[in-house]
Amino acid sequence: MNDDVWLVIPLYNEAQVIGDVVATARAVFPHVVCVDDGSSDASAAVAEAAGAVVVRHPINLGQGAALQTGFTYALGDPGMRWVVTFDADGQHQVSDVVAMLEKARAESLEVVFGSRFLDDRTQASVLKKIVLRAAVGYTNLTTKTRLTDAHNGLRLLSRGVVERIDITQNRMAHASELVAQIGDLDVRYGESPVHILYTDYSKAKGQSIWNAVNILVELILR
Amino acid sequence: MTNLVLIQVVLMVAVLAFVARLFRSNGARAQAIRRLGLLLFAAFAVVSILIPNVWNRIAHVVGVGRGTDMVLYALVVAFLSFTVTTYLRFRDLETRYTRLARRLALDEAERDFPQEQVRTTGAPDSPTDGAPTA
Repeated sequence: MNDDVWLVIPLYNEAQVIGDVVATARAVFPHVVCVDDGSSDASAAVAEAAGAVVVRHPINLGQGAALQTGFTYALGDPGMRWVVTFDADGQHQVSDVVAMLEKARAESLEVVFGSRFLDDRTQASVLKKIVLRAAVGYTNLTTKTRLTDAHNGLRLLSRGVVERIDITQNRMAHASELVAQIGDLDVRYGESPVHILYTDYSKAKGQSIWNAVNILVELILR
Repeated sequence: MTNLVLIQVVLMVAVLAFVARLFRSNGARAQAIRRLGLLLFAAFAVVSILIPNVWNRIAHVVGVGRGTDMVLYALVVAFLSFTVTTYLRFRDLETRYTRLARRLALDEAERDFPQEQVRTTGAPDSPTDGAPTA
């Protein structure tokens, strides 16, 4: 079951939680690849102990680069049919991935994006909601896709899509780049509601609202 | 040119040192035009040091009040273009070393993919899918 699915988890200094995240995910999805992006803590070892394949970047390259490395790794498995991008900090639910897979198979979609705004399970601050809405507006304006959420790290991609994607934005703008490239591919995509758990841990580690400015600059000056 | 002011000497030495530094490295032919442009720029710098009034004249031609303002404007433009060019050059460099690092990381990673013939679930119906991987 789920033998044709690879979870790609960009990993950077999450030793505290990555063990649980990998173990929980592997109960449903046996294939997990963690791309250790030059962590200075024991993240890689913990992930490996929990049963994940660990690919180690020799230096820190950024989350976008880690995702692309994970994609390239997963493409090496001839049995891979689906790739799921999953966060290392424990804010994503495995049950949401299962629902996304069911949706993709039932509606023969190539891509399923997770969206925080399709139901009201996700609790985000007002400021975060405003910034995210603005990001959605910008993404919808500049790409061919029409989505309700942007910069959501939970996505399901078919092999055919992963083969044709090339993330070059190493830092945070990769999320918009991914959406833009999928929009250009003209494949069937859908959205599935996901619950993002903003724990104290993920809030402390998560990206600051200021990153919206950085993302915009990276997208404009490419 | 008998009464050179100290600052004129200092500035000229600085510009000449800059040009010498620039030409010491044997670059590709593609850089030649950029370097010729820089040479002209340096030559003009020397002229403007010797005859500071040349900036005033240029300023008047283009409708700017003073030569110093003219220099400032030119500097702002030059600095901005330098910033953007540098940013783009760094991004290009970053893309290259990312590819290198990714290759290293993947070569060192373990690869024991189960070569199962029968999979529990099928691929989505798509004309793009199902292509054999290299």
